[in-house]
Amino acid sequence: MQAHLLSILIWLPIAAGIAVLLLGERRIAAGRWLSLLASLATLVLSLPLLADFNTRTAAYQFVEQVPWIPRFHAFYALGVDGISLPLVVLTALMTIPVIIAAWTVVTMRAAQYFAAFLIMEGLMIGVFCATDALLFYFFWEAMLIPMFLIIGIWGGPRRVYATIKFFLYTFLGSVFMLAALIYMYVKAGSYSIAAFQALPLTLVEQRWIFAAFLLAFAVKVPMWPVHTWLPDAHVEAPTGGSVILAAIMLKMGGYGFLRFSLPITPDACRELNLLVITLSLIAVIYIGLVAIVQTDMKKLIAYSSIAHMGFVTLGAFVVYEIVRTTAQVQGAAMGMDGAMVQMISHGLISGALFLCVGVLYDRMHTREISAYGGVINTMPIFAAFMVMFALANTGLPGTSGFVGEFLVILASFKASFWYSTLAAVTLILGASYTLWLVKRVLYGPVANEHVAHLTDVNGREFLVLGVLAVLVLAIGIWPEPLLKIMDPSIQHLVTQAIATKIPA
Amino acid sequence: MHTLLHLMPGMIPAIPEIFLGFAICLVLLFEVFVGVNRPGATGTLTLLVLVAGAALTVRYADVAHTTVLFHGMYVTDPLAFVLKLAGFLFVAVALLYSRMYLENRNILRGEYYVLALTALLGIFVLVSANSLLTVYIGVELLALSVYAMVAFDRESGVAAEAAMKYFVLGAIASGTLLYGMSIIYGLTGSLELGVIATKLTASGSLGVILGVTFIVVAVAFKLGAVPFHMWLPDVYEGAPTSVTLFVGTAPKIAYFALMLRLLAHGLPGISADWTLMLTPLAVLTLIVGNVVAIVQSNLKRMLAYSTIGHVGFIVLGFVAGTASGYSAALYYTLVYVLVALGAFGVILLASRKGFEADKLDHYKGLYQRDPLLALVMLMLMFSLAGVPPFVGFWAKLRIIQALWETGHLGLVIVSVLTSVVGAFYYLRVVKLMYFDAPTESLPATLRPLGPRFVIGLNAAAALALGILPSPLLDLCSRVIH
Repeated sequence: MQAHLLSILIWLPIAAGIAVLLLGERRIAAGRWLSLLASLATLVLSLPLLADFNTRTAAYQFVEQVPWIPRFHAFYALGVDGISLPLVVLTALMTIPVIIAAWTVVTMRAAQYFAAFLIMEGLMIGVFCATDALLFYFFWEAMLIPMFLIIGIWGGPRRVYATIKFFLYTFLGSVFMLAALIYMYVKAGSYSIAAFQALPLTLVEQRWIFAAFLLAFAVKVPMWPVHTWLPDAHVEAPTGGSVILAAIMLKMGGYGFLRFSLPITPDACRELNLLVITLSLIAVIYIGLVAIVQTDMKKLIAYSSIAHMGFVTLGAFVVYEIVRTTAQVQGAAMGMDGAMVQMISHGLISGALFLCVGVLYDRMHTREISAYGGVINTMPIFAAFMVMFALANTGLPGTSGFVGEFLVILASFKASFWYSTLAAVTLILGASYTLWLVKRVLYGPVANEHVAHLTDVNGREFLVLGVLAVLVLAIGIWPEPLLKIMDPSIQHLVTQAIATKIPA
Repeated sequence: MHTLLHLMPGMIPAIPEIFLGFAICLVLLFEVFVGVNRPGATGTLTLLVLVAGAALTVRYADVAHTTVLFHGMYVTDPLAFVLKLAGFLFVAVALLYSRMYLENRNILRGEYYVLALTALLGIFVLVSANSLLTVYIGVELLALSVYAMVAFDRESGVAAEAAMKYFVLGAIASGTLLYGMSIIYGLTGSLELGVIATKLTASGSLGVILGVTFIVVAVAFKLGAVPFHMWLPDVYEGAPTSVTLFVGTAPKIAYFALMLRLLAHGLPGISADWTLMLTPLAVLTLIVGNVVAIVQSNLKRMLAYSTIGHVGFIVLGFVAGTASGYSAALYYTLVYVLVALGAFGVILLASRKGFEADKLDHYKGLYQRDPLLALVMLMLMFSLAGVPPFVGFWAKLRIIQALWETGHLGLVIVSVLTSVVGAFYYLRVVKLMYFDAPTESLPATLRPLGPRFVIGLNAAAALALGILPSPLLDLCSRVIH
């Protein structure tokens, strides 16, 4: 089983999703339990990955390889390294709260809802595990279909606009990446990502490929100015959709930069790193300001996500500046470590915050901040959780939010005083919008009678939020195991990223 | 049969056409003596004929090497074998989907099946053409049958108008083709494509370019490439949907073969000239097809413009001008026909007696009314949009690959941008079916077991070939050399 572990992680949820679909709406009780079992099983099966992972090598592990399209040298090739492993586990983890959160809340076409998320889970794990670019793209695009349906069917009032915008934005980004991948296949004669990473490319070629990748990944992250689909999608998506969007799908952009852009087009990255750094800093500061003025809770968290993802791209691309100014590579790895930790941490925190909003929305059916006030009086346990996640979102030491941001700010300090200063502004902005949100929603006197009739979290909600809270604290207090898993792969990535690929 | 074949050993590879010719006479006679009293019987017989034809083709026409027959008029090769089998399959499925529709409109008559079979014979002749004359015979046999099919519903004024337009414009295109052929014949002194290929090896002669221009125009007309596409939306919209289904599917194979035989096999020496002409055609076709499709409110018309958009991709395979490009175009054609069959099939099954489900609005909330049909349409739409895991993705991938191999950066960009535009209107169909509630009380969809099963298989094939694309990709690469 060890040999096919990754395949099982991909296909088990997909098979379960199809089974739930076949069970249909009338046997939804069975469908619900099947969904939960399948997602739990996926998480449990992903744990051996962590246990048996060799932390002393950057090579892919748990490798599987079967010819897929022999004529085009495309393989069904899977493997995980220190960069993808944490994301695989995160994906397996975050699907469970989505299913539990929807347990009784989603009644319309519930079987399809659960099925869509299970199929998404399998496809997302596929994205992180694929070591063949064609397979990667296959999962990457296929994922759009369930997400399109999730937002379109179970979303809010403007769901159709939001979901079509979501689909077309990401599709536009992806097709250029596809063109770039095919171009490299024609040159390299293989779709293996490793072959692309080893393929010598002139600077002009690298610039084009970099641009194509940037478009694909920047839309997914999303980076300013191609971020506008995200707030729309988040606001209209059902709770589960928001959680998966924020916790996993945004990470694919960051993962793409680390897996494709940096190692495949290192020279173009070196040349254009200021572009990405500038866009990241704009995201951190400008989007942070935008977040402050939001009146819709989900929109606020969506903008906060964009700002936080700015740290991921900043941490990844600040590498070149560090090497340029300090002429050494130690600090470079720190930026990437920060980017990775930030991705995992943001996955947990933003997922948790969207779940918190979902808890409120299920009771009040509004996400307007002004409709709330004094929730802590009627929902003290919930308020404790939300405050904790909010503080983690601001990067409070002791929570996972701190580790990622701190590492990135520290690394960017090595590159330039100004980068770190600008990035550190987020500590102020993040605190402003998050704490102001908490203040308006949770604190103060009970705002209206709806709030007065709120009931605190039930056992199901408590369990979900509790587990996430423990993880946020665990990574915040002791990030070492996570960093240790990532280390060899990050070191390897740094050497790839700062090498040159221009043929002599 | 065997002794008969013994007498004419040279004719064995032409069994599909010979069989079909006899079968057409048989079906015609059957209709006169039996079919008039039993309306469905001719259709059943036709399906049997198609199955038998496919079996005979597999038995006798599966040639390992290119075989030229009838004094160079006729060629059969692995490509022809594959296309003929595909022809049998696609026509059979199309007729299966159409049956209830024809019955509901009181046009279930044997002539319909006879015309479908003569059209198929035209397709076969075209697929196996090795001389300009054979090409022309194939084109006309196919076109005349299809004109009649478009006008088949005598009561319908729109259909008559569509048929008239199609006929007049088609006649002009035929004339153009013939004129171009006559110039090429005049310059080379031969009708045989292989001989022409050896004689026209360098461009430069104005006469050659003139001849090729006429041929390219005629081919572009038949395919529906912009700016020769005007007939296509009108015919698709005006014709009875079962005919739209027919026109929109199997003949595409023939027009692919027309392009391949005439341009790639007949005029390879001057490929620089015709790829130059095809390039702007392809770009215009992609842009006009995909952009105009957005504003359509009629699903048949939208699919017509979508067809135009897909034709742009097929032409791009020829612009690449390499074996890889031709096999990409072949793959694209087969995949497109497979998916279009299902899409038009959904329209047929969503229609009722006295109700034509051809407006986009008729698909509002289809999911609530008929989940299976909606799921099928969803899969087909995503396939047309080129989203994995559906087979349409690989078709686009192959074309882009062929373009990269020949260094066409600009065309790659145009093709990917237009696919994003295309995605929009396919998504809109999904949106109508899944996100909207049905507004008006629409009649229930048709629920005949057989066609519904086949349409389910059709969509499943789009998925299965998308997950495991290797066999079909391999086949398409193998038969093009």
